[in-house]
Amino acid sequence: MRQILMMLVAVILFTAPAALRAETAAELLTENRALIEKSSRQSIGPVIGALAASGDPAAQAVLEAWADKRLGLRKSDGAFFLLTETPEGFALTDPAGTPAGSAAKAEITALKPNSGVRGLIATALVQFQLSDPDPAKRAAALASIARDPLPDHLEPLAASLARETDPAITARKARLASLLTLRFHPDSATRVAAIDSFGADLGLDLRGALNPLLATTRIAATAAPEGANIAAELEPGSDIALEAAYDLLVAAGRAPARLTLADQRAALLAHAQGGSVGGVAVADLADQAARDRAYTALEQAGLVPTAATEDEVTAAIAAHRFFDVYAEPDPAVTTAAQAALARISLKVGAMQAADLSLDALSLASIYFLAAIGLAITFGVMRVINMAHGDFIMLGAYTGYVTQQIIPDYTTSILVALPMAFAVTFAAGVAMERLVIRHLYRRPLETLLATFGISIALQQLAKNIFGTQARPLTSPAWLDGAWVLNDVVSISYIRIAIFVLALMFLGLFLFIMKRTRLGLEVRAVTQNPGMAASMGINPDRINMLTFGLGSGIAGVAGVAIGLFAKVTSELGSDYIVQSFMTVVVGGVGNIWGTLAGATLIGFFQKGIEWLNPSNTLAAQTYMILFIILFIQFRPRGIIALKGRAAGD
Amino acid sequence: MTPGSLSRNPSVLIFLATLALFTLAVTFLSEAAGAGLISTSFVKTLGKTLCLCLIALAMDLIWGFAGILSLGHFAFFALGGYMIGMWLMYARTEVIVVEALAGAGLPPTPQEIRDGIASQIFGVVGGSDLPAIWAFAGSLPAQLALVVLVPGTLALVFGWLAFRSRVTGVYLSILTQAMTLALALYLFQNDSGLRGNNGLSGLQNIPGAEAVGQDWLSVWFFWASAAALGLGYALAAWVVSGKFGSVIRAIRDDEARVRFLGYPVEVYKLTVFTLTAVITAIAGALYYPQAGIINPAEMAPIASIYLAVWVAIGGRGRLYGAVIGAVFVSLLSSWFTGGRAPDLNLGFYTVKWVDWWQIVLGLSFVLVTLYAPRGIGGLFDLIAGLRAPDRRGAALGPGDGALREQEAKE
Repeated sequence: MRQILMMLVAVILFTAPAALRAETAAELLTENRALIEKSSRQSIGPVIGALAASGDPAAQAVLEAWADKRLGLRKSDGAFFLLTETPEGFALTDPAGTPAGSAAKAEITALKPNSGVRGLIATALVQFQLSDPDPAKRAAALASIARDPLPDHLEPLAASLARETDPAITARKARLASLLTLRFHPDSATRVAAIDSFGADLGLDLRGALNPLLATTRIAATAAPEGANIAAELEPGSDIALEAAYDLLVAAGRAPARLTLADQRAALLAHAQGGSVGGVAVADLADQAARDRAYTALEQAGLVPTAATEDEVTAAIAAHRFFDVYAEPDPAVTTAAQAALARISLKVGAMQAADLSLDALSLASIYFLAAIGLAITFGVMRVINMAHGDFIMLGAYTGYVTQQIIPDYTTSILVALPMAFAVTFAAGVAMERLVIRHLYRRPLETLLATFGISIALQQLAKNIFGTQARPLTSPAWLDGAWVLNDVVSISYIRIAIFVLALMFLGLFLFIMKRTRLGLEVRAVTQNPGMAASMGINPDRINMLTFGLGSGIAGVAGVAIGLFAKVTSELGSDYIVQSFMTVVVGGVGNIWGTLAGATLIGFFQKGIEWLNPSNTLAAQTYMILFIILFIQFRPRGIIALKGRAAGD
Repeated sequence: MTPGSLSRNPSVLIFLATLALFTLAVTFLSEAAGAGLISTSFVKTLGKTLCLCLIALAMDLIWGFAGILSLGHFAFFALGGYMIGMWLMYARTEVIVVEALAGAGLPPTPQEIRDGIASQIFGVVGGSDLPAIWAFAGSLPAQLALVVLVPGTLALVFGWLAFRSRVTGVYLSILTQAMTLALALYLFQNDSGLRGNNGLSGLQNIPGAEAVGQDWLSVWFFWASAAALGLGYALAAWVVSGKFGSVIRAIRDDEARVRFLGYPVEVYKLTVFTLTAVITAIAGALYYPQAGIINPAEMAPIASIYLAVWVAIGGRGRLYGAVIGAVFVSLLSSWFTGGRAPDLNLGFYTVKWVDWWQIVLGLSFVLVTLYAPRGIGGLFDLIAGLRAPDRRGAALGPGDGALREQEAKE
C-alpha cells in the first residue's frame, strides 16, 4: 500500500514539466535523452507517461523494446534505435518503425533499465495490451492486472472497456474494473456503489479485494484518535485480554515492561555477591516470595529497573482506551465492505454446508461400499469375517497388478473390476469351504480363525508387494473435479464411487429379492434344516453367498484403491468401520447398512468440520458415539422384528 | 484360600512350585547374581514374558471362563503402563532438571522445576505446559493407585454400558475392539497429553535407583513379575473354583438360563471384566519398565488379537493353558522375528522367517481353532486319559445342545 502511494506521489510530482510537449515517440526520446540514459524509477515516470499518452502508434513498440533491453543509442550522434541482435552486431530500426541499416556492437549503447523502471514501463504498456487486437493478449493483460492490481490500471482499464468487442473479455474487464474501483477510486460514493454492485458474489477475487479494506490496527490511546476510522473500541478484560492490553501499552512505550520470571532470575544472578542478593541468602532463593523480596531490595537500592507491579498494570490499563482502527480512512467504504462481507459469508456458509454434505455423502458411499460385502457375509449369514478388510486389500492389489499388465488406464480399470471380483470370490469360497464351514456354530471362533487368515494374508501381501504404497491410477477422465463455484466442488472420482455404491445397492437388492439364488439364500438363512428339506443345498448356498460377499469386497477394493494408497494395511483401516456401519445400521438389512453408512459419514464429516485439524480426534469421537448409540438402539437403526430377528 | 479350592485345583501348587523353581534358576544364572549364563536383556525378556503370562491369565478368566471375548485388554495393559510410565518419566526428568538448574547459580523454585520438567517432557510435541492429567505424576503412591483406578474405572464404565444393553458375543468383541481403537487413535494425537506417537520413553531407568545397575534391576523386575504372576494365578484359581466360578461358567454356556435362574448376570460379568482389567493393568505396569518405552501402537487392536491367539493355542478354560500359550507363542515369536531362526532353503525359494513367521502363526492359529480347540493344554487331558465328546457333524436336534452325529456314533 505504501509503495503504491509513493508511486502515485511520484507520478503526480513529475506529471507535466515543460519539456514534455513533443508529439511523436522519436521526438520524445530525443528530448528526454539525458533522463532516459540515466533512467531511475524516481525520475523516469513522466517520460514513460508521455510516451504512452503520445498517441503515436510506434510508442508501444518503443516501450516494449525498452523494457526488453532492445532500445539503444548510437554513440556517434545519440540517436535512438530499436535493436535486433545479428551475428555482426545489431540491425537498427528507428523509433518510427523504418529500418535504418545496421551497426557493430561497439557503436551502440544498449539501454538496460532496472527492474523498477521496467515495472513502470509494464504499467504503461497495460493500456496498449488491453486494446491489443489479439484476445489472448488482452486476457493475459487482465490476468496480470488481477494478480497485482495498481491504482494506475483503473483508468486504462475503464477506457478500454468501451472499445471491447469480445463478450467474455468484456465481462472480465467489467468485473476487474469494479474490483479496482472499489479499492482505488478517489470518490467514496463510487467505491460504495462498486462494492454494492457485487451483492453476495462468491468470487475469491472479491473477498481478496474487500478484506484489505477492513484491515485494522490495534492502538492504545488516552482519547479517541481524531479523524481515524475506528472499527471498535475494546473493553479490556472482555474484548481484549488484560495481558494483551498491557503488552500493547508496553509496545507503544506507554508503560514499563512487566518482570518475567526469567528476567528476575537473570537480574538476581547478576547482583549476587558473597552468597547473598539484596540481603537474602542465595541458598534461600528456592522460593518465589524470597526472590521477590530480594528483587524489591535491589529495586530500592536502584540497582535494577523498576518493574511494574500488579497495581501499576491495572492503573495503566485503566488510564488508556483501546481501539481497532481501519487502515482505510473512509467510513462509508468500510461500512459497505463490512455489509458486503457479511452477505458473502452468509452465502459462503450455506455453500460450505452444501460442500460438506457432498463430502459426507461421498464418505458415506465409501463406507457403504466397504461394508456392503459385509452386509452379506455378516448381515445375512451372520459370519464374522475379520479377513473382509483383507479381501478389500486383495481387490486393490488385483487392480494394481492388472494395471501393470494393461497400461491403458480405462481398459485396465474395466478389466480389474471383474478380475477383482473373481479373485476375491475364489478366495471367499476357498475360505468358506476350508474354515468357516466347520465353525458355523462357534461364532467367536470364526472371528479368531478369520483373524488368523487376516494376519497371514496381510503378511503375504507384504512379502509379495513390499511395504511401500503401490499406486492404482485412475483413468484421466476421472481426474479433476466438478466445480460448481469457488466453494462447492466434488472430484469426479468421488462421484464415480457414489455411482458405484448405488449400483451395488441395486445389485444386492436385485439378487436378494428377484433371483432364485436370493430366495434360496434367504431360506437357508432363516432355517437351514427346512430349506434343505425343500431341496435346497445349504452348503452350496452358503458357499455362493460367502463368495458373493467377498467378491463385492474385492470390487470395493479397486474403488477404494483409486483414491487411497494401496498397502497391505488398507483393509485393516476399514474393517472396524465396516463392522460399525453394519452394526449401527442394523444387522441383516441392507437399508440399515445404507442408513448406518450415511449416519457415520455425515457424523464424521461434521466432527471434522468442528475440529478441522484433527481427523484422529474425529475418528475417536466417532467410535465413542457409536458405542453410545448402541446403548440406545442395540439392534441398530433398522432393527429386524419378530422371528426374522433370530432370537 | 480354602482347602476346598486347593484340592479342586491341584494345578495351583504344581504351578507355583514350577514358577518358584524357574525364578530361582533364572536368578542364579543371571549376570547379577553370579553365573552370568543368562544375559541381562534375556532376563528382561523372561520378565516381560511373565507379565504377558499374567495378562493371558486375565484373558483366560474373561474368555475361557466367562465366555466374553474381549479384544480390548491390551488397552488396559497399555493404560497401566502409561500410568506407571508417567511417574517414571516425571521423577527422572525432575532429577535431571534439578541438577541442571542447581548448576545455574540460584537454587530453583518449585515453579521453575515444574516448567523445566514440562518443557523437557513435552518439547518433542511442541508443548511446554504440563497437562492436567499429569497432576499426580510427581507422586509414586498416587500413580500406583492410578494404575489400578484408571483402567478399572474405564472397564467398569465400558462394561456397564455394554452389558446393560445386552451386547454379547461377537458384537461385544467388536465393541471392545472399537474401544481400543478409539483409545489408541486418541493417544496418537500430540495434544492428548501423553506425547502422541512418541509415547513415554526411558522407563527402564528407575528414579532413586541410579546406583543399581540394569543387571540387578532386571532381576528385581523379574522377581516382581514372577510374584505378580504367582499371586494372579492363585487369585484366578480361587475365583474360578468357588460358587462364583460356577456361575460365570454357567453364563458362558447359557446366559439366558442363568438369568432366568435369578442370578444378576450383568453384575457377574462386570465383576469379571473389571477384575481382569485390573490384573491386566498391573501386568502392564510391570511390563513397560522392563520394555523401556511405551507408545499408542502398543494398544493397536492387533495386540489384543494376539492375546486371544496365545490363550487359544495354550488352551482356553484352564489357567495353566493360558500361561503355557503365552510363554510358548511369545518366545517362539521373538525367536522367529528376532532374526535368530535359520532360514529354510527350499531349493527354489529361501524362506526368511522374519517375513514368513506371521503367515505360519496365522495359519497355525486357524488350524488350532479348527482341529484342536483345547490347545496345548489339551495334551494334559491326553495324559490324564480324559476325552471330550466329538461335537462335529450335523446336529441331531434343534438347539446348540443337541447330540451331534459323531457323538451319537460312540
